[in-house]
Amino acid sequence: MNNLTLIKSSKYFALFMLIIASSCNIDSSQKLEKHNWQVAWSDDFNGATGTLPDATKWAYDIGTGDNGWGNKELEYYTNRPENISMDGNGNLVITAIKESFQGSSYTSARIKTKGLLEQKYGRFEARIKTPYGQGLWPAFWMLGGDSDTATWPLCGEIDIMELRGQKPNIIQSALHGPGYYGANPITGTNILANSRYDTGFHLFAVEWDENKIDFFVDDYLFKRIDKTEVESKGKWVYDHPFYLLLNVAVGGNFLGDPTSQTSFPQKMTIDYVKVYQQVN
Amino acid sequence: MKTYSIIKFKKIGFSILSLLFVLGCQNDDSKLQEVKYSKDPNVFLDGFSSGLIYAAFSSTDIFAFQVDSKVAYNNSKASMRFDVPNVNDPAGAYAGGAFFTGVGRDLTSYNALTFWAKSSQAATIGVVGFGIDLGANKYPASLKDLKLSTVWRKYIIPIPDASKLKVEKGMFYISAGADTNGNGYSFWVDEVKFENIGTIAYPQPAINNGTYTTSTTFNGVSLNVSGLTSTFNLLDGTNQVVIISPNYFNFSSSDTSIATVNEQGVVTAIGTGSAIITASLGGVPAKGAITIQSMGNFIPAPTPTKIAGNVLSIFSNAYTNVPVNFYNGYWQPYQTTLSADFNVNGDAVLNYTNFNFVGIQFSQPTVNAAALTHFHMDVFLPGTLALGANFKIKLVDFGANAVEGGGDDSNHTLTYTSPKLVGNSWVSFDIPFTSFTGLTNRAHLGQLILEGAKMPNFYTDNIYFYKN
Repeated sequence: MNNLTLIKSSKYFALFMLIIASSCNIDSSQKLEKHNWQVAWSDDFNGATGTLPDATKWAYDIGTGDNGWGNKELEYYTNRPENISMDGNGNLVITAIKESFQGSSYTSARIKTKGLLEQKYGRFEARIKTPYGQGLWPAFWMLGGDSDTATWPLCGEIDIMELRGQKPNIIQSALHGPGYYGANPITGTNILANSRYDTGFHLFAVEWDENKIDFFVDDYLFKRIDKTEVESKGKWVYDHPFYLLLNVAVGGNFLGDPTSQTSFPQKMTIDYVKVYQQVN
Repeated sequence: MKTYSIIKFKKIGFSILSLLFVLGCQNDDSKLQEVKYSKDPNVFLDGFSSGLIYAAFSSTDIFAFQVDSKVAYNNSKASMRFDVPNVNDPAGAYAGGAFFTGVGRDLTSYNALTFWAKSSQAATIGVVGFGIDLGANKYPASLKDLKLSTVWRKYIIPIPDASKLKVEKGMFYISAGADTNGNGYSFWVDEVKFENIGTIAYPQPAINNGTYTTSTTFNGVSLNVSGLTSTFNLLDGTNQVVIISPNYFNFSSSDTSIATVNEQGVVTAIGTGSAIITASLGGVPAKGAITIQSMGNFIPAPTPTKIAGNVLSIFSNAYTNVPVNFYNGYWQPYQTTLSADFNVNGDAVLNYTNFNFVGIQFSQPTVNAAALTHFHMDVFLPGTLALGANFKIKLVDFGANAVEGGGDDSNHTLTYTSPKLVGNSWVSFDIPFTSFTGLTNRAHLGQLILEGAKMPNFYTDNIYFYKN
C-alpha cells in the first residue's frame, strides 16, 4: 500500500485549533507542529483472498460480551473468514451479516492488538471505507492496556473513528475516562460537506502525547483535546500503553438497531493500519 | 417587464403539445449568442434561465402554470406555481408541462436535478423529472408519486448516467392531478437546477422491476423490456427509485440467434430455443432478466369462416366477443392451471399451462344460444401427444334464473382422446348441441369448463357458438 505522505513543512509553525468540522480536504491553512514520525508497527493486509489477518498482530473478541458488549449491540463476533478476511487486493474486510448464529441475529468481527501491540504516545492511523445504513456502527479505537485490571473507564478509551451508519457523512471521535464516560465522553465530530465515508477511503488518525490528543481525518485536525480540558472533567489516564481495536457493531445504544430497510451484508474495508513513534 | 410570446401550433405530430410560452430573457436576435452545449445548470432560480420554453401537456389546463412572485423559497424573487384543477374541470384534468431549451445543454458534469417544492395541502405529484424535450425524448428520468408537504423541502432526482446527456434539451417536466377526493390544489417549485451531489451513492439499475421471469413466445413476436429503474442511496437514507428511459441501458441477449434486443429494449424472437435478456447501465449490471423461450414459428388456428350474424363468440379475433368474466377462474384449491396468454402479430391466443382443469365464465349476462346449433373451439397441443391423454369439454347452462345454482342448471361433458387429439397440430372441434345430451337448456349458457389428463399445456383460439 502507498505510504502516507505527511504534510511537509520545513519550519516550525504555530498551531491552529479548530473546533467546527468542515470539508475533508487537506486544509492548507492549518499550521500544525512538525513531527518526526517513524513507523513502529504496521499491517498492509496484503494476504491472500479469504485468509484471516496476521495472528501475530491481531487477536479476536468473540461472542456478545456483557449484554451486547455493554451497549446492547446485536452482533455475535466470530473469527470466521465470512466475518473477517483479506480480499486479495490489499484490504482487510470486516463483514456484518444478518444471520441467526448462537442466539444472535447478526454476526460480525472485532479484532484487537491487545498483548501484541501496545504503545504509549505516538500516531495511530488507519485508512478505511465504512459500511452504511441504519444500525451499522463501525469503529477504529483504542483501550488502555490495563483494561483487564483497571475496569473501564479507568483504563481509558480513545475513539479515533466511530460512525452511525444512518449518517454516513459524519464521524465522531471521543475520549472515555473517569469522570467523562458512557453518555458523557469528550467528543469531536467531522462532517463531510459533499461526500460520504462509505463511498471512498479516508484516513483516520490520532496523535497523542503527554499533553494532548489530536484527532485527524485525511490529515485535517478536526479536534484537539488537551490534558487541561480532560482534567477539568475527570482524570487524564493517557500515560500508559494502549492497544488498537477495529470492529463493526450492529445496533445498540449508540445509534439504534437496523430496520428492515438496512441492507445486509455490510462491509468495513481497511486498507492499512500504521503506528508511529516520535523520533527526536 | 418580461414579455411572453404565446405561439399556437397546429398538430405537428407531437400529441402532447398544446401551447407554447417562450420564457426567460427576450433577446434581440442580434445579441443572441447561442453557446452550443452550454453547461448552465440552472433551470429556474428567480426566473427562468435564458432560452427556456414551456409547453403544457395536452389534456392539462393550459393556464395551470404561472410564475408567482409572492410565494418563493428562501426569499428568492419568484417561484413556479401550478394550480391543479378539480377532477371534472372542463379546462383540463391535470396541471403540468415540460420546460425545455431550444439548444441542448451539456449536463455531463452533474449527477442530479434538484428543486425545492411545497404545496397548499399534502399532495402527491404523479410524475416529475427531466429529459422530455418534445422531440426525441431520448433520456427521460422521473420520480413517480412524489409526496409534497406544506413546507418547503428539497427533492433530488439522481441522473442515471450523466455521460449520455451531452446535448440535452429537456430540463424539467411535471404532471399532477387532483387529490383522492377529486379536489384541486396549488403547488410551488423553486430553485430548479442540475447539481453534482457528492453524497448520492450505490446506483442500482434494474430491468423487469428487478425480477427474473420467463416469457414463452414465437418467432416474430416482440415484447418491450419494461420495469426500467435505477435506485440510489441518498444521504438521508432514502433509497430513491428513478424511472428511466431504455436508452440509458445496454441490453444484451445471451443468444442472438434465438432472440435479439435493440437499444430501446425491444426483444424479438427469431429462432427456436432459449435466450436470456439482461442489461447494464454505466457499467453496473442491472438486477432482473427475462428468459425468452421461443417456440419457433407460430402456426395460427384456421381462420373462422362463419358469418358474424350467426355467431356468439367467447374468444376470437375474427368476431366481437361477448362479455366474458374470466378466461381462468383460478379455482382453488384443486386447480393447477395457469395462464400464459400471448399475442402473435395481432392474433390473441389463450395458453394454459400446468393444466388439470380451468373454467371460462360468461355469466354477466349469460349467453343465449337457443337459436344456434354448434359449439366450436380450436386446440393446439404442443409436443407429442402422451399415451392416455384425454380432453374434456363441459358446457354449463344456468337455467331460467340465469345464475349458477338454484336447481335449474344443466350441463354435459364430452371426452376426447387420440385419434381426435393430435400433437403439434391445431385440432378443430365442431360439436352440435345435440351431442351435449345432458345440457337441457342453452338459453342461459354461463360456463365452459375444460379438463384434461396427460396434456399439461395447450393453446386455444376461436371459441364460439354458431348456427350452421
